[in-house]
Amino acid sequence: MSLVTRAPAHSPEVDRRAARRGALYVAEYRLRSMWKWRRSIITDGLGNPILYLTSIGLGVGSLVNANLGPTGIDGVPYLVFLAPALITAAAMQGVMNEIMFPTLAGFLWDKGFFAMRATPISGGQIADGLLLAASARIVFTTIVYWLVLLAFGAVGWSSALTLIPVAILAGLSWGAAMLAATANVKDDSGFISLAMRIVIMPMFLFSGTFYPLSSLPLAVQWIGWISPLWHATELGRWLSYGMAMPPWQVAVSLAYLLGLGALGLIIARRRFERRLTS
Amino acid sequence: MISASGLTKRYGNFTAVDGIDFEVARGESFGVLGPNGAGKSTTMRMIAATLLRTSGDLTILGKDPSRAGPAIRAHLGVVPQQDNNDAELTVRENLYVYGRYFGLPRSYLKPRIEELLAFAQLEDKRDTKIDTLSGGMKRRLTIARGLINDPEILMLDEPTTGLDPQARHILWDRLFRLKEDGATLVVTTHHMDEAEQLCDRLVVMDRGRIVAEGTPASLIREYASREVVEVRFGSDHNAEIAPLIADIGERTEVLPDRILIYTETGEESLQAIVARGFSPVTSLVRRSSLEDVFLRLTGRTLEDE
Repeated sequence: MSLVTRAPAHSPEVDRRAARRGALYVAEYRLRSMWKWRRSIITDGLGNPILYLTSIGLGVGSLVNANLGPTGIDGVPYLVFLAPALITAAAMQGVMNEIMFPTLAGFLWDKGFFAMRATPISGGQIADGLLLAASARIVFTTIVYWLVLLAFGAVGWSSALTLIPVAILAGLSWGAAMLAATANVKDDSGFISLAMRIVIMPMFLFSGTFYPLSSLPLAVQWIGWISPLWHATELGRWLSYGMAMPPWQVAVSLAYLLGLGALGLIIARRRFERRLTS
Repeated sequence: MISASGLTKRYGNFTAVDGIDFEVARGESFGVLGPNGAGKSTTMRMIAATLLRTSGDLTILGKDPSRAGPAIRAHLGVVPQQDNNDAELTVRENLYVYGRYFGLPRSYLKPRIEELLAFAQLEDKRDTKIDTLSGGMKRRLTIARGLINDPEILMLDEPTTGLDPQARHILWDRLFRLKEDGATLVVTTHHMDEAEQLCDRLVVMDRGRIVAEGTPASLIREYASREVVEVRFGSDHNAEIAPLIADIGERTEVLPDRILIYTETGEESLQAIVARGFSPVTSLVRRSSLEDVFLRLTGRTLEDE
């Protein structure tokens, strides 16, 4: 047994494949890590919708419906109004776990990105691979959420092909934005809790999640306008129960989500590359 | 395999590596020796094609790392100063995942991992999560990982720093086997004994520059005498007594805690000191080492800084 003779596997063809498929290898690694957390991912995926739908959907919903009648908000029962917002929020929350923690770990905690960087993989491919693997979590979370919504009668079968893709798009877009935001963090003390308090909570509360954005004072409505959650929720409501939405607004919301995702990924790639080569 | 000339890395006004020249040939074990902050790790990262140089020429495996980074890295094995294995994965998974980054197929990796587990003496630990491994085991895993792609050059940054003596000797034994197998090694270290054990040839770096180059033996011959007498008179007296015995050896170095006298015949020199009526608190006669070379070249000990 010789440890340093050249192995037949080490051909130029292998080199080229490695350079081309770097993002897939990073995603493969991430999925392997996520698999170790499968119990908490499944618990989270199922527990989150059940808790929200029971407490707010049914609990608050019975109040709303009692006050405004069964066609309470926007001409539909409260649960139906709420469903698109909740599934989108879940997709966005789920993706953060698979973006922020691995990014901080890779750059700061166990410095795994520097190990990857010593192979043919580039910084940009690491960013791509993280988002690719995170999208698996988004798809899982979204489908489970949708099934629970279906069980609660909050959505119909036909929404499978509309609501699920919108939630996945929101998750990906938000994931890319978080990837760019986390890529430059040098000191992780409090970054995650700060992000939660200053960005996530206000976004969740002020994006027309629990009531139409228009019922808020104009002074805080802007939070909704810049929030990907609001744009995705509007699209979801339009698609799932036919909420009135002018075509230009559909176009703006769609472009906003696509643009945020694309810009996030471009910035993230650049930051990963720079941080790993300087 | 590696050729550098005028290799320079600047960070703003700070010059980490200041125009160095060196060559490494196939099968050679090349050492970069120097204290912390000498520019060793920066040099290593430039060779590893993970840090772009500011100026100068650098060719690795016939390619320019600024243009052919991935193609060069495909044939390097890198063992960083700080172990960066994945704490959530087992020993075997760490090797497997890393091999995948090189695009290596399962059919190659399976037997290769078995080979490397045997080499790193980690067969019993294959399914252990790595956070329960000892420091020495983690280090051996990192070295095994660096070999997964059957690299043409294995680069080791401070391979045994922070390990206990027994773990260091196990590691040296493993690295020595690689050397016997014909591996090309590039090793940085600030431990003299490590450089003497592992390196065929080395450069001494200080403040970003190469201050000497040669085999360990030739460096000792050139920059130190055959033997050294170390005498201690207590920190208050060393500086006072040193001039009075300076003529006994070829050269004298006064350190805060001891006086070093460079001489061809240590025992005779020590007798001469005692004959003059000085009685050191402790005394030691030893062969010169790279530590002495470094002291001579830089006026500082390696453990300083």
